[in-house]
This record gives sequence, C-alpha cells and structure tokens, in this order.
Amino acid sequence: MNTLMKMTKSNMNQYKRSALWSYGITIAGFVIVSIMVSAGLISNSLQGQLVPICAYISLAVSLNLVVGISGELSLGHAGFMAIGAFSGVIAATLFQSLPFLWVKLVIAILVGGLFAGVAGVIIGVPVLRLRGDYLAIVTLAFGEIIRNVLNVIYVGLDEKGLQVSTSMDGIHLSEQGSMILNGPMGATGVTKLSTFFAGFLLVMFTLFVVLNLINSKHGRAIMAMRDNRIAAESVGLSATNFKMTAFVTGAILAGMAGALFALNYSTVAPVKFNFNTSIFILVFVVLGGIGNITGSIISAAVLTILPEALRQFSDYRMLTYAIVLIIVMLATNNPQLKALTAAASKQFKAKFSRTRVYKRPQKADEEMGGTK
Amino acid sequence: MIFPTVGVNTLTDYKGHSLLPERDAEQRPVLEIQGLGIDFGGLTAVNDFTITLGPTEISGLIGPNGAGKTTVFNLLTKVYQPTRGTFYLDGKDTAGMNTVQVNQAGIARTFQNIRLFDKMTVEENVKIGLHRDIHYSLGGALFHTPFYRKAEKRAHERALELLDIFDMADFAYAQAGSLPYGAQRRLEILRALATDPKVLLLDEPAAGMNPSETSDLMEAITKIRDTFKICILLIEHDMNLVMGICEGIAVLNFGQIIAKGTPQEIQSNPQVIEAYLGRKKEA
Amino acid sequence: MTALTYLTGGLSLGSVYAIIALGYTMVYGIAKMLNFAHGDVIMIGGYVVFCTFTYMNLPVWLGLLLGMVVCTVLGIVIEKLAYKPLRGTSSLAVLITAIGVSYFLQNAALLVFGSAPKVFTSMFAKANNIELADGKLILTPETIFTILICVLIMIGLQVFITKTKMGKAMRAVSEDNDAARLMGINVNQAISTTFAIGSALAAVAGVLLCSSYPTLMPTTGAMPGIKAFTAAVFGGIGSIPGAMVGGLILGIIEILSRAYISTELSDAIVFGVLIVVLLVKPTGLLGRKITEKV
Repeated sequence: MNTLMKMTKSNMNQYKRSALWSYGITIAGFVIVSIMVSAGLISNSLQGQLVPICAYISLAVSLNLVVGISGELSLGHAGFMAIGAFSGVIAATLFQSLPFLWVKLVIAILVGGLFAGVAGVIIGVPVLRLRGDYLAIVTLAFGEIIRNVLNVIYVGLDEKGLQVSTSMDGIHLSEQGSMILNGPMGATGVTKLSTFFAGFLLVMFTLFVVLNLINSKHGRAIMAMRDNRIAAESVGLSATNFKMTAFVTGAILAGMAGALFALNYSTVAPVKFNFNTSIFILVFVVLGGIGNITGSIISAAVLTILPEALRQFSDYRMLTYAIVLIIVMLATNNPQLKALTAAASKQFKAKFSRTRVYKRPQKADEEMGGTK
Repeated sequence: MIFPTVGVNTLTDYKGHSLLPERDAEQRPVLEIQGLGIDFGGLTAVNDFTITLGPTEISGLIGPNGAGKTTVFNLLTKVYQPTRGTFYLDGKDTAGMNTVQVNQAGIARTFQNIRLFDKMTVEENVKIGLHRDIHYSLGGALFHTPFYRKAEKRAHERALELLDIFDMADFAYAQAGSLPYGAQRRLEILRALATDPKVLLLDEPAAGMNPSETSDLMEAITKIRDTFKICILLIEHDMNLVMGICEGIAVLNFGQIIAKGTPQEIQSNPQVIEAYLGRKKEA
Repeated sequence: MTALTYLTGGLSLGSVYAIIALGYTMVYGIAKMLNFAHGDVIMIGGYVVFCTFTYMNLPVWLGLLLGMVVCTVLGIVIEKLAYKPLRGTSSLAVLITAIGVSYFLQNAALLVFGSAPKVFTSMFAKANNIELADGKLILTPETIFTILICVLIMIGLQVFITKTKMGKAMRAVSEDNDAARLMGINVNQAISTTFAIGSALAAVAGVLLCSSYPTLMPTTGAMPGIKAFTAAVFGGIGSIPGAMVGGLILGIIEILSRAYISTELSDAIVFGVLIVVLLVKPTGLLGRKITEKV
C-alpha cells in the first residue's frame, strides 16, 4: 500500500509537475543564454537565431495543443503564423509614432493574435467537421490559400491612412507614403522591434495559456474527445465546441508568434510561411513527443539550432538533417528499437539514479481484481 | 405503432408495455420506448421495440448473441438514428436529438467493449463525466481564477465520493487503462453515473468478472439504484445476475421482443426457452 | 488561345496529376500512410531521364524505361528502409519519416545536380503541333501523348487490380491487413509491389511533367506532389478511379483559373474547390464512408 500511496501522490500533480518542468526549462534556458550573450560566448549568427527560436517554441507548443492534445493533424500552422506576421507588421507601422518600442511590439503581437484567431474561427468551422487525413489535407489547403492570397496583397500607408489593393497599380500613395506589403515581396522596411526578452515572455505566455487549458475541464474534454469520441459524446461532450477551443487558441498563439517572428527581420516574404514551414513546426512537435509540451520546447530549440550547428558540413547539412530526422523517427517508434532503447535507459537509470524506480504496484492489481 | 399523444403519458398506454405494471403503475414512467426500429441497408436489426420503464426500476434486456441488444442501446443513445419509432425520456420526445443531447436529457451508458479514456487517470475519467457540474468559463480555465480552483476542488471531492461507491478512491490517480478489466467496467459505470442520469444503460456489466466480483456488482447496482433513485436497464448474459436483480425483463430475438415480464414469467416462457435452447425436435 | 485549347491543356496537366495521384492513393489504400516523398520520386525520375538524354544520348523509350527502373528500385528501397520498420505504429510517425525521406531526396538531388534549373528537352521536340477546327484547338504532341498514356495506365492498372492474383492480393490487404495475412497472402510482398508500381508511375509522371514544363530542379516534384495528393483526396483517397477523376478535375480547374481568373491565385482556387468538395462529401468524390463500430 505504501508504494501505491506514493504513486498516487506523485501522480496527483502530473500536470503541475510537467508544467513546472516546462516553465523551469524555459526560464533556465533564458537565463543561461542571456549570461552567455553578455559574456560574448554566443556567435553573432546564433544570436540572430534567438528570437526565431522563441517564435518556433511558441509555434511548436501551440501546434502541440492542436495535434497532441486535441489530436487533429494540422498541416497549415504556418498560415496562422503568416496572418499574425503580416497583420503584426501593419499594426507596428500604423502605431510607429507611439513612444516605446515595447508598446508597439505588444500591440503588434496582440493584433497578430487577434487576426490569426479570427482566421482560426473561420477555418475551424469547416475544418473541424472533417476527420483524420481529410482534416489534415484541408488544413494544408487553407495554409496554401493564405500564402497564395498574401502573395497578391499590397498595402501602403500615407497620411490619409491605409490603402489595400490586389495589385501595385491599385495603390496611390502621396509623397510621404510608403509601402508596407508588396505582394510576393512581402513586408519590406520593417522596423525591428522583437527582442530576446520579448520572445522569452511570449514563450512563457504561450506555456501559461496552453498548460492551464490542459489542466481544466476544457482540457479534459478536449483530450477525452481525442481518446474516444464515442465515449466522450456518450457523457454529453459536444465534439466541435471543445475542438474549436483548442484550434482557435492554437491559431491565436501562432499568430502572436508570427508577429514576433516578422518583427525580427527587416523584410519578410509570404514564401517564408509555406507548407515546408508548417511541416518544420510539426517535426518539432512529433520529435518532442505528441502531447508533451516540455518536449516541444526542447526539440524546437534544438532543431532550430541544429542546421546552424551543422554549418561545418556546409552542403551536407540539410542532407544530414534529413538523415537525423529519419533515424530519430525510426529509433523512437520502431517497436524493436524502442524496446532496445527502453532497456538501455532502464539499465542506465538503475545504475546511475539514486532514487528507486517505481514498479507498477502489483498490490493494486490484486486488490482491484479480487474481492474487496 | 404510432401514439397520437406526444410527450403525454396516459396511464393506459403505459400499463400495456410496462415490464412491471403492478409496481410502477402509479408512477410516471421515465423511459417510454415506442415502436423503435432500425434497418441497416434493408436488413431489419431491431423492429417494433416497445417497452416502458419506471423511474426506479432495474430491468434486463436479454437474448441470444446478435439479437440486437446493443443496437437497442445504440438507438437509445442515438449512436444510430432510429429508422422507425421514437422514445420519450421523462415525457420528452427525443426525436431529432443526438448522442450529446440525449445524455444531457438524462441517458448515460457503458459500453460492451470498454471505452474509457485510457491515458487519463481514474479521477479524470469521472471528472469528465462530471463536466456539466463544473462551472467556470474558458477564461477561468486559461487563467486558473478562484472560480476555477473552487469548482475543481468541488469536482475532485465529488469524484472521490463517486469512486467510493466501488471502493476505488485509492486508485484515483492510477491510469485508467492500467486498471484490471473488472475495475475498468466499474469505472465506466461511475463515469456514466457522474453525468447525473435518469436512466443508466449497462452493456454487459459483468462480462469478464469472476463470480465473487459479479455478486459484488449485483449488490452495487442495487445500491446505485437505491441511492440515486434512477432507472437501470442492463444487457447481460449472466443469468444469475439478471434473475437476481432485475425486476422486469425483456427478451429480444432477431430484433423482436419475444417476451416481457418478471424473472419468474420469463424463466417459464416457452418462447424464451426455444430462443435460447432451440426447438425441441418433434418425435 | 481558345477555351478548347485550355481545356485540353487542363486535361493534359490533370493526366499528370492523375498518374501521380494513383501512386498516392494506392499506397494509402494498402499501407494506410501518406507517402509525402512520392513527389520527390517524380523529381528523381525526371533527373534520371534527363541524364539519359543529355549525357548518354539514349533513345526516348530506353531513357523512360531506365527512369522507371531506377524509381521502382528507389520506391522499394525507401519502403524497406524507412517505412517498413514503422508499420503498425502511429501514422504521424510514418508521416514525419516520409517528410524526412522527402528532404533527403531533395537535398541529395541538390548535391548531385545543383540548384540551377536544368532545361529538359522535350521528348517530342521534333514533332509539330496539330491545329484543329481552324486553329481553335491547338494540340501539342505532349498533350496528346500525356492524355494517351494516362488512359493506358488507367486501363492497365484496373485490369491488374481486378484480374491478376497480385492485384487481388493487394485489394485484400487494403481491405483488411490481418485477415489477408491469415489467408496466406504475403502482405510485405503486396506492399512492396504497390510501392514499385507507384514509383514506376512517378517516373512516367516526371517525364511527362518535364516535357510540358521543361525546367527541372530539386524542388520540381514538391508542388505537383502536393497537388496530386490533393487530387487523390479530392477523388476519395484509396480509390483508383477517384484518383483519376480527382487529378483530371484538378488539372482542368487549375489551367482554367490560370487562364481566366488569376495566375497568382490559381493554386488558391484549386485548394478552395477541394475544401468545398470535402465539406459536401467528407470522404471525397468516390471515397467510401467509414463507420465506427460501437
């Protein structure tokens, strides 16, 4: 009974415990990297990656909410990122006269989240009626449509206000005016607002929202729907409502990350947010472990740095990335290899860990199975 | 079989189809099933299913394999929409309702092949059943407001109370999928019970249980009926259980009800014996 | 250009999509996986045939045959090394592995052939266009040949699937993997054959695609791959006639919207139509409805 009670106690806070891990890793990562930056230990090219890493972590965590927690394969996450990016850039330009950098950044991120959220509702209504691979292909389709439409959007700003058109000829700016969006060229002349600290705060906010949502009745309902739709409906949970919550929350967070991402560069083109980017984010989620938030954080950070770290292989780096990806997927999913690694890690734990590995309490089984 | 009065239960209609006329005649029926039927691609799976259940009755639905018992449950929970007929729950017509709405109206069920949320804990499974009882908004969920804390604490206590029915509170934080088979069946009953139903449908609750577990289960089912004052309809092959706790029994064969009545009546009904054992060869 | 010419152009592009979509749909039907690397097998096929033309001066038919052989082998090797070890595990894991394979093929091609586009000499450089109906309908030899090949493949595949022993085995595996195994069907062999056929078709599609759109890059296969995948879903994934119908419709929509609505938005329109179709028929035009047993 003692072992059992221990197990029940430790399981009681399973969400809180994993949440602590997620927050802890993020804070520790931020502190360590900040110290390394001020000590000059981090190369310039890697420093340039810090904001994108934060954006990708947010994107991975928000996609994990959709794919891992809600169980719907979305192949169009970059679409929401794109909407957030471009609406964020427009907002930042509109409010460029405001005093503080961070005020503008916050406004841009909020606007990005808002627009992506609206898109999430519009897309979610039809998409969530579908299931499985059909749902996946429709998210892919929406992602491509968003990118395609952004390719033909031209936005200019002068003292009279915003001008929006589907071609360059449709915009007539005065002398003081300037273009914000140039169709396939994307946003040009963006003022860089994003900082590593802002990125860190966004990651923390994303974690806060996602982890809190998971540990609530809404989160339970979302996961119940994922695990067994028929059973969930039989206890009165309506599928679309809760799936919609996860989908739109994911979209909003992706939009916010998109705004952060875009405001880190002076130019951003729609092509940056194509299908490959959606897949890139999905790879973070899958490699980090479906539904495992801490895993998403680590894999997003590592996999964004990896191509950078593989730079010495120059031409071979993307090839190496592909091979690493395949090998990791095989090692973590192939039943035989999985058993092998599990046995190895068990041995490792037994050797090096001072804490006892809890066995599944057999006593519990006997008690449950037998008479009371 | 069409009843002109919608949602009104006249005593005469009710008396005709009740499994226990003498017991519940003076009470209002909770579930009134009228001519329910479904065809699958021209094949009639269930036909003219008409019974009436009182509010605190334990009834059994028995019949040989493939008779359509689970299909009746699927019709009552609207997993399938009936081709013919309808049923009234507490006087309310359920035509046009879906699974979710039927549950909210007061029908909860368990499944023949257990459908728990395997990766979640025992307590969470019950809490999912309790979800309509937990009141806080999405904002409360996202920011873990005091409302959230209060409601979650209450839900937690309520879940433990329910788990106590089967002495399962000690296993509240074990993964549902890791429980032994019998415990999973019991947990499914609790999850259904958590939705505060008026009618509880149990699909083979004793399947895979040993005799002593079964007798515990019989006790528990009666206890649940007495505490919650609900109607229980169960499908079961274990005749000891059915004859032991059911007050009324309907027998289904080839999708048709072939007999209705008390356990004693059913046991001596020649049609039932024939359905189970086959026709005696004429010499 | 007249509407009729556009229409045949659409039919020709649609035929290419259909041939690629067949590869997607067969693999999905039998292995229940989305083979995202399929588009890149097309690209490899294109490069192989390009090499046989440019460096070896082989005749057309021999080049095409060589391309098919290389792609067939490639398809089988990919299946054995990357997909087979993951059979029966989560479909998401297989999907990511397929994406890894796709990255691998693209970057391998990048290393070998460089990123500069190669100009693909059409197989029909010497043939002339045919003008019909007073120049209202212009048929390029590519168009005629592409449509013709597509029809031939369709008929051949249908015969193979319904008449041959292996075809029947493949259908059995796609219905119920375990039951087929119990009936003594070699499931591994059936799946390998599916990949082999799909990849051989990809080589054909690669050559046809490059004949009509004569630039060849490591990313050439990516977009047609996605479109063809869309076509397969559009027609109902897992259904061979569905892939055919889906591919043709998609090609026609794409060419017509490029001609009459907007070049930039043609992809958006294609995907928009897909969404509408799936909302009306959630399992595609000819897809089977799957019900869950309770």
